[in-house]
Amino acid sequence: MLKIEDLHLKVGGKKVLNGLDLTIEQGEKTVMFGPNGAGKSSLLYAIMGFPGYEVLQGKVIFKGKDITKLPVDQRAKLGLGVAFQSPPAIRGIKLKEMLAICRTSASDAEIKKLAEKLNMADFLERDVNLGFSGGEAKRAELLQILVQRPSFVMFDEPDSGVDVENVELVGKEIDRYLSGHAGIVITHQGYILNFIKASRACVLLGGRIICSGDPREIMEDIKSKGYEGCVKCQARKGMRDEG
Amino acid sequence: MRDEKMDNLEQLPEEVKRSAELAGIDTSEKNRSGSFFQQDNSILCAKSRQKGVEVLAIEQALEKHDWLKDYYWKAVDKHKDEYTMAAAKGPQRGYFLRTEPGVETTYPLQSCLFIGKEGIAQRVHNIIIAEEDSHLHVITGCAVNTHVKGGSHIGISEFYVKKNASITFTMVHNWAEDVDVRPRSAAHVAEGGTFINNYICMRPVKALQMYPTIHLLGRGARASSGSIIMAKKNSLIDIGFRVFLKAEATSAETISRVVARDSSKVIARGHLVGEVPGIKAHLECRGLVLSPKASIHAIPELEAKQENLDMSHEAAVGKIAEKEILYLMSRGLSEDEATSAIIRGFLKVDIKGLPEKLKAEVDKLTEMEYGI
Repeated sequence: MLKIEDLHLKVGGKKVLNGLDLTIEQGEKTVMFGPNGAGKSSLLYAIMGFPGYEVLQGKVIFKGKDITKLPVDQRAKLGLGVAFQSPPAIRGIKLKEMLAICRTSASDAEIKKLAEKLNMADFLERDVNLGFSGGEAKRAELLQILVQRPSFVMFDEPDSGVDVENVELVGKEIDRYLSGHAGIVITHQGYILNFIKASRACVLLGGRIICSGDPREIMEDIKSKGYEGCVKCQARKGMRDEG
Repeated sequence: MRDEKMDNLEQLPEEVKRSAELAGIDTSEKNRSGSFFQQDNSILCAKSRQKGVEVLAIEQALEKHDWLKDYYWKAVDKHKDEYTMAAAKGPQRGYFLRTEPGVETTYPLQSCLFIGKEGIAQRVHNIIIAEEDSHLHVITGCAVNTHVKGGSHIGISEFYVKKNASITFTMVHNWAEDVDVRPRSAAHVAEGGTFINNYICMRPVKALQMYPTIHLLGRGARASSGSIIMAKKNSLIDIGFRVFLKAEATSAETISRVVARDSSKVIARGHLVGEVPGIKAHLECRGLVLSPKASIHAIPELEAKQENLDMSHEAAVGKIAEKEILYLMSRGLSEDEATSAIIRGFLKVDIKGLPEKLKAEVDKLTEMEYGI
């Protein structure tokens, strides 16, 4: 569904990605790990086509179409969606109105039901993200995605700032949604993986995906050895390849 | 000065009606407790439809009420500037609105100051009094005839809010590109009184400058103001509200939203002066600059002359944040649609005391300008 080929990305004058390759098929739930500043969020914004995320080389192919040069809204219309880590507050646009903007096919009744399910019914009349806590903003993002119904969704740290109870709620909904679609979930906390049955995990380091495999195993490795461990493992692999 | 009396505003020519309606005037008068209509320097209509509510031409009011001279040039200083002095020279036109003690206007009163001929210099002096325990609601619309491009308007308005009374005054300006506008207004608010002053300007003007001053004189008096300004073309708009909080437990709140387009220039002022302990005042000014040739200069001032005051302001002026546009685009809106949605949201400020119909009118105008 999504194929990234040899992506080189520059953000704010700094090279962030150096020849990243990644393929995600329909129904695949990919978890993305990587230290702060590795370029995980930059990758999502580049896939979404945000200006300032300059593709120096490489391609982003979505549903067989090269979208590398498409503007953001057209990518959204093709079925790409992103749940932001820190979404902006917009004065005068209520969450309810945001949902009307997002809506592709959801009925009023469905929207109401989803808002209730995510404990966001009381927020519909409030300006979107204005004065929302971290957890509320994350639930508002998820609600928008569920109403937008993109075929490929990127969740940027959907669990940061969310209390334990709501991580379960958010995690289960993400899992349920991605089962019928596809997407990427960036996380630093392993806890949400108890609810998202990811098919695989990738580690982004040095501007490339250096490792991919079983999410739990990789998470455990990172927990015990840190990303330093990934660097060493990579070096060993390199030596083996050369040897 | 010869005045042509009209029984009702339905008798106005169609094109005049249309222009006046865009400034919030209800020419059917169905939902109004009284109307005043001045075209150029002639008064066409001045009548009240409610007992205990007076709507008179100022000249007649001065003849009728001997005491009114004590209010005339009391809140506004006759020698303040060249405009007040020009207005003082006369002839005396304008309106007198008053609610008797304990009376509340069923529907708002409306006053329209209309420029019908090219190049007219309109002079107006208004006095608005809410006697004790009364509540006076006024919508005033200033407009020009469709073909009029230029002219000038000098308007003196003096407001007196007595003990436990209130005045809600909503002014809509629909001038033309070459009209010079100089309102000079001041209000005295007594104990427990409330003065709400709203201002809406959505059409171009040559130069508009006003700085209404509100004096909160009695314990617990309150003032609030809300302004929506859409500056266009070469408009020069210099406006703000000044409130002196001179008595215990008084409070003031002033909110403004400014959108500057084309080559317009807006100076958005606000000046709150706390003179006694325990007062509360807040000033909020937000502006969006939508063209490289437009500018907004926000000048919020807080002046605390005592200890133990609660005074604050927030001002934010700039262009639309790219992050907000991208956020909406990632949900499927085009860049233009996202920009319009943000501007519409920005202008959707909850203005106290704004009649539903006028609110709908403001929303309609916003929609016309920034609709998808």
